[in-house]
Amino acid sequence: MLNELGHFALVLALAVSIVQSIVPLYGARTDNARLMALAAPCAVVVFALVTLSFIALTVAYVRSDFSVVNVFENSHSLKPMVYKVSGVWGNHEGSMLLWILILALFGMLAAVMGRHMAPSFRASVVTVQGWIASAFLLFVLATSNPFARLFPAPLEGRDLNPLLQDIGLAIHPPLLYVGYVGFSIVFAFAAAALMEGRIDAAWARWVRPWALVSWVFLTLGITMGSYWAYYELGWGGWWFWDPVENASFMPWLAGTALLHSAVVMEKRDALKVWTVLLALITFSLSLLGTFLVRSGVLTSVHAFASDPTRGLFILLILVIFVGGGFALFAARASELKAGGAFAPISREGALVLNNVFLTTACATVLVGTLYPLVLETVTGEKISVGPPYFNLTFIPLMTPLLLAMPFGPLLAWKRGDVYGAAQRLMVAGVVAVFLAGLSAWLAGAETALTAAFGVTLASFLIIGSFAELALRTKSAKGGFSGRMRRLFSLPRSMWGAALGHLGVGLTVLGIVALAAFETEVIVDMAPGDTAEVSGYSVTFIRAESQEGPNYRDAVAILAISKDGEDVTTLTPARRFYPAREMPTTEASIKTFGLSQLYATLGEVNEGKITVRLFYKPLVLLIWLGACVASFGGLLSLADRRLRIGLPAPVAKRRDEPDGVPEGAGV
Amino acid sequence: MTRRKARRLTLISVAGLALALAAGLVLFALSDKITFAPTPTELAEGKHNPGDRIRLGGLVETGSVERGDNGLVSFAVTDTKSRIPVTYVGILPDLFREGQGVVAEGILDVSGTLKADTVLARHDENYMPKEVVDALKAQGHWMDEAVTEGALNAQ
Repeated sequence: MLNELGHFALVLALAVSIVQSIVPLYGARTDNARLMALAAPCAVVVFALVTLSFIALTVAYVRSDFSVVNVFENSHSLKPMVYKVSGVWGNHEGSMLLWILILALFGMLAAVMGRHMAPSFRASVVTVQGWIASAFLLFVLATSNPFARLFPAPLEGRDLNPLLQDIGLAIHPPLLYVGYVGFSIVFAFAAAALMEGRIDAAWARWVRPWALVSWVFLTLGITMGSYWAYYELGWGGWWFWDPVENASFMPWLAGTALLHSAVVMEKRDALKVWTVLLALITFSLSLLGTFLVRSGVLTSVHAFASDPTRGLFILLILVIFVGGGFALFAARASELKAGGAFAPISREGALVLNNVFLTTACATVLVGTLYPLVLETVTGEKISVGPPYFNLTFIPLMTPLLLAMPFGPLLAWKRGDVYGAAQRLMVAGVVAVFLAGLSAWLAGAETALTAAFGVTLASFLIIGSFAELALRTKSAKGGFSGRMRRLFSLPRSMWGAALGHLGVGLTVLGIVALAAFETEVIVDMAPGDTAEVSGYSVTFIRAESQEGPNYRDAVAILAISKDGEDVTTLTPARRFYPAREMPTTEASIKTFGLSQLYATLGEVNEGKITVRLFYKPLVLLIWLGACVASFGGLLSLADRRLRIGLPAPVAKRRDEPDGVPEGAGV
Repeated sequence: MTRRKARRLTLISVAGLALALAAGLVLFALSDKITFAPTPTELAEGKHNPGDRIRLGGLVETGSVERGDNGLVSFAVTDTKSRIPVTYVGILPDLFREGQGVVAEGILDVSGTLKADTVLARHDENYMPKEVVDALKAQGHWMDEAVTEGALNAQ
């Protein structure tokens, strides 16, 4: 009953979305306020209906209602409750429903919160959201109905893929989807601006919070996915340049560029056309990601089992929205007035440099991801493009960007002083070179160059990210406490920028530490044998079997000691899920500060085992850095000027320190 | 040339330089750093040179798996017509089995052995790596072996 209600709610949501796709826009064209006012209630109703539908599916999972095909194929009555709930989006149909739920949520928020926008503009934004929602609702109803029934109902389900029975599934997809889908609002804003043929600095101010929210969630989603793959797959890697990882990374790169160009537009009324184009590109890449993951054109750990109609349908949505967006851009962009000019060496210039490198890097990732598909279609030759390609193209393009990063916030708007900035970064540079020398000496011949190069970059970034904060508190009166007071009264967006850049530095440091100092041993062990990894002694005590709720474990107990003292125990396991007759590897990880010991278990044979042991120095920095950057994004979001949508009050402006212009934030 | 034009020009040249750098890197990387994905028969016919990076899909030949010390393992990948010897040091994936689908990726050495650094097996019971399906299809053996049952669900 509830299942049919859920299905019916989806159909109704489609109907209302179609109304939302037509009526407000017609109102805006004919200047009819009552028709335009229909936008918000429509968006609210769509959200309510999709929520109802999502709840219905969740209830079916919680109750293990195997008369629903989707539940039968992806659940099991013995599965722990948390995986029953997260299992709702552990499959194509359910995850698509979650996608639409988030889309509807964003659509509603944009419709309700956009009070300070011009009514016709707001109506256009909500209309474009309505188009996107209609397209995806139609897709789900036509090809991926999550409520399809099965008769007679089986007694037991097929269980969820064991790799997905993890807390990661509860967190990673929702975060990622908020990121992906959030950029749809940015797309809607861009399309509305093009339709209205009008755009100004206020547009950038409206778009920035949405872009920031999406960026923060996308960052966290990718980070969580990376950590999940790291501990769950048992390969010990944190990034594989897998096509599906790239699919989420491309919108991230474009979105990061968008955040920065929107600042220029907001502060200086420049880069308008480019910012609109970036907004279109970012969401187009989100859609491309959805297509790549769900169409089955790629081999990947993420690939959903899929049929060709779905791929074709999403391709159609992709073509319509991307093609439509760019056609609109081509037709109307010339009507948007170009903004003011600026010297190449200036804050704007630095932000343009950021955009040039981020979008170029994004393009190389796009080429690497799509090239195998294109080549196979055109010539039939089968190749794949992996880490060697991406390391060779991505790293050289990121290096100048990372080196330039600490300079950006130190340059003034309009006309900057690069020598002044260099002087201020002298300390960071000297420390960076010293640390680089030290780490090259520690690393030994093979990885000395990687260590020296990477540590220079990372430490320059980390120290340099504080340069602006330090500079702005320099003139504060009242000694140390005065400086501290000034420090915490600086605009939050400035803190956001500093933390964002700091986070990148920390992540780079983690990556470099791993590349230069990681150790790995693979060893056969009988009970009582000891192996060494980076100063830790690993002793194999015994193998034993353990029972879980819906699996069995073969566990190896490894005692870890350092300098003769027992530190901890590692328990890597081979896990077997009877419902799917599927084994998985359960890595065992212990954290020491920011570093980790990582063990996976291979063959277990007559009490003897093969173990793979890693020592991963500073590895946690990779993900912590991303979290710090996301926190920076949240701080920027809480900035006064975005909350109230007005320029900073005069009293505050008078308080600005000498020489450095106001409003640094990114 | 006005100052405004000069500034535009600087901007465009910077963007052009970055694009040229990127295009150069991409072209070089695509000519040198890609991974070929031949079938075992194509590889056995000598289409690729030692040193090439190969992603090889097929079945693990029954009876070919030999384990050495400390994670060393050797096996052969077959498409039922040709076989390619593979060596690997590491932990094999959970679903690695004789007679089952596998994808091995690594460098081809002079003797025609693939020194794999990555070995992937199917990761659930109704998924078959695309490379394996293609290799078997090319030999006309698709769907006539028990091991491929269920794989169609994924395609």
